[in-house]
Amino acid sequence: MATDTENVSERDASFQLRGGSFTLMVLKLTGPASEAFFVKLGDKIRQAPNFFRNAPLVLDLDGMPGNELVDFADLKARLREHGLIALAVQGGIHRHQEAALRAGLPLVPAAGRAIKLDPGATAATAPQSAGRPPPPPAARPAPDAVGRPAMVINEPVRSGRQIYAPGGDLVVTAMVSAGAELLADGHIHVYGALRGRALAGLAGDTSARIFCLSLEAEMVSISGLYRVNEDIPPAIVKKPAQIYLKDGYLSIDPFSDRFSGNS
Amino acid sequence: MGQIIVMTSGKGGVGKTTSSAAFATGFALRGHKTVVIDFDVGLRNLDLIMGCERRVVFDFINIINGEAKLHQALIKDKKVENLYILPTSQTRDKDALTKEGVEKVMEELRKEFEFIICDSPAGIEKGALMALYFADQAIIVTNPEVSSVRDSDRILGMLAARSRRAELGLEPVVEHLLLTRYDPYRVERGEMLNVDDVLEILAIPLLGVIPESKEVLRASNVGMPIILDDESNAGQAYADAVGRFLGEDIEHRFIKPQKRGLFARLFGRM
Repeated sequence: MATDTENVSERDASFQLRGGSFTLMVLKLTGPASEAFFVKLGDKIRQAPNFFRNAPLVLDLDGMPGNELVDFADLKARLREHGLIALAVQGGIHRHQEAALRAGLPLVPAAGRAIKLDPGATAATAPQSAGRPPPPPAARPAPDAVGRPAMVINEPVRSGRQIYAPGGDLVVTAMVSAGAELLADGHIHVYGALRGRALAGLAGDTSARIFCLSLEAEMVSISGLYRVNEDIPPAIVKKPAQIYLKDGYLSIDPFSDRFSGNS
Repeated sequence: MGQIIVMTSGKGGVGKTTSSAAFATGFALRGHKTVVIDFDVGLRNLDLIMGCERRVVFDFINIINGEAKLHQALIKDKKVENLYILPTSQTRDKDALTKEGVEKVMEELRKEFEFIICDSPAGIEKGALMALYFADQAIIVTNPEVSSVRDSDRILGMLAARSRRAELGLEPVVEHLLLTRYDPYRVERGEMLNVDDVLEILAIPLLGVIPESKEVLRASNVGMPIILDDESNAGQAYADAVGRFLGEDIEHRFIKPQKRGLFARLFGRM
């Protein structure tokens, strides 16, 4: 193997710079950090204290009302009291982003989007009182204009097979057997029975969803949060269903319920 | 050109060799020149089921290695016309099956026989892969229980991805489901999967349902393919399945428990 002197000197250095991609929890802020906000947050953390202990966090500012002033340094400290470590922010308007940067919270690009620094471009969501559940992912701005190509599989995915759709959606127009595994950075659609494993949002896209005509999966996962077959409510088993993240939890909804307004 | 049919399952003990013997004999009885090959190198069984174990001189591996001519190793069946057996080696292992060697034998057999039945070993390793690699059609032998069904699903995936037809992008291997050791009484009591359960999971056409039968073991032990016993339910079911494979429209039997008379009920299952 040919190595030049530059490489050797690089290896001798006491550090290496590398790129890496990580799946992080995102906290959507929809209003100023009030007392009620921290009470609700505390409730949530008590439900799964181990999961949240020293959890790194990205703050999503898309839902922040534009006229609010936020003390990010204070917010960061109070989150730390709850065991959460804020690392960065995403989305929101320029004014908030600058305030965040002063508090040591840089801007990271949101999954599937380019960095947007134009203060006027962000669609401000109606102000909401603190502590209310954040808007569903559908309320987020549309993803980048360049469509991600979906991978389409037209034959049954049999036991032992693993299919990965990097950077996009995976569509299977047949059944997926127990022991098979579907992986996608985007959504997963199964127009048949889903009996194997399905992992959507593999690279950390928390807005990714799984859709199937008959939910019998061994495991479903979105952006690293998962449920195994045992945890799927029996009432939804063998029903058409969608799986998505809501308030940091994996939600499984049968499609019939959606139309009666329960979702 | 002859058709290459693989009898496969993934799981062991489900009835691949019994079914290979029955289908080969069934095709030959209907006048189709047929050869059945044992791919289970090192665990030679087919010759026992076919009742020709005392006439084995050369075997499949000898031919692959060029140590004998094909006609020296083919054993002509004594009971049925048009039927030949190609036994395997008991002393070698699956590594003796080379793709080039197997291909050479298959091409030679294709010229002479209408049906070439490859009796696959259990598993998903080299022996099973070589047995299915050259197949035009596949008979998936499955028992009505979950582990067997899952293993069959795995084999179906391998047929779709790793057979010669898949690798060359030809028409896919034609798949048939043969459900064996089916006990309608236990199905009725919910102790076994029923036909619909299995079809729902595997989603391939049903070729036949062979009922569990004591006659199968008896036939194996005397080296007589069960299809020759036209008194037994299993023998009749195999004959039906062979007919369906050849394109005949035959209704499925032995799926529901048969009505039993007072006598049978008094003295248990007959």
